[in-house]
Amino acid sequence: MSQVQRPLSPHLQVYKWQLTSVLSIIHRATGLALAVGTIFLVWWLLAAATGPTAFRVAQGFWGSWIGILLLIGWSWSLFYHLCNGIRHLFWDAGYGFELKTTYASGWTVVTASVVLTVIAWIAAAMVRG
Amino acid sequence: MSDARLRSPLGRVMGLGSAKEGVAHWWAQRLTAIALIPLLIWFVSAVIGLTGAGRGDVVAWLRRPMPAIATVLLLIAAFYHMALGVQVVIEDYVHSEWSKLTLLVLNKFVAFVLAAAGIFAVLRIAFQG
Repeated sequence: MSQVQRPLSPHLQVYKWQLTSVLSIIHRATGLALAVGTIFLVWWLLAAATGPTAFRVAQGFWGSWIGILLLIGWSWSLFYHLCNGIRHLFWDAGYGFELKTTYASGWTVVTASVVLTVIAWIAAAMVRG
Repeated sequence: MSDARLRSPLGRVMGLGSAKEGVAHWWAQRLTAIALIPLLIWFVSAVIGLTGAGRGDVVAWLRRPMPAIATVLLLIAAFYHMALGVQVVIEDYVHSEWSKLTLLVLNKFVAFVLAAAGIFAVLRIAFQG
């Protein structure tokens, strides 16, 4: 069967970079990153269910520098996807479409995701003591 | 409206068009997103509280009814949301018919396997410790 050559989206390389599109791309990228992260979440739960040895291996991984690096990436991804997801829900409800508002909400999401990540890690450090 | 006469009364009343599913995908993505907002805020807080915890603490936490139920709900909403999101990414970027079909099937299978494994782990801890 011959395929009809229709224009395909997205042609990222022809667009001028702007906050709104960058945040949209990051939303998708963080979503994919979090999808990979769920494998590790399930591993952690299974390790806890399996027994002390399996759990020690999992905790050892999360305590290692690569584990912490991944957790920092996933925690920021989670907060970003959560905040920008709420931004999307407002759009779905019909609010915030003015150009000024989309930029304001966009920068709010960026700031909130970073602030929440920092707060989460300070809280974790305080719990650990 | 010549179009209206070509469609059956049932087809017109269902209003789903040729794709046969209407806004089901879109709506489920939003429903799971809304469910995930409180579930994730709770889960992230709880996990921060478990920083550096041993298996005993995690088991004691998941043996309580509310954390166990909320974690199962989180896993259901998260994997449902993930399957829907990854599906759209595959549909957007994979244009070869067989690769697309394979990835779409794989996406659903992986989501179900991970969800089943995660829920099993939580239930095993909740009932057996």
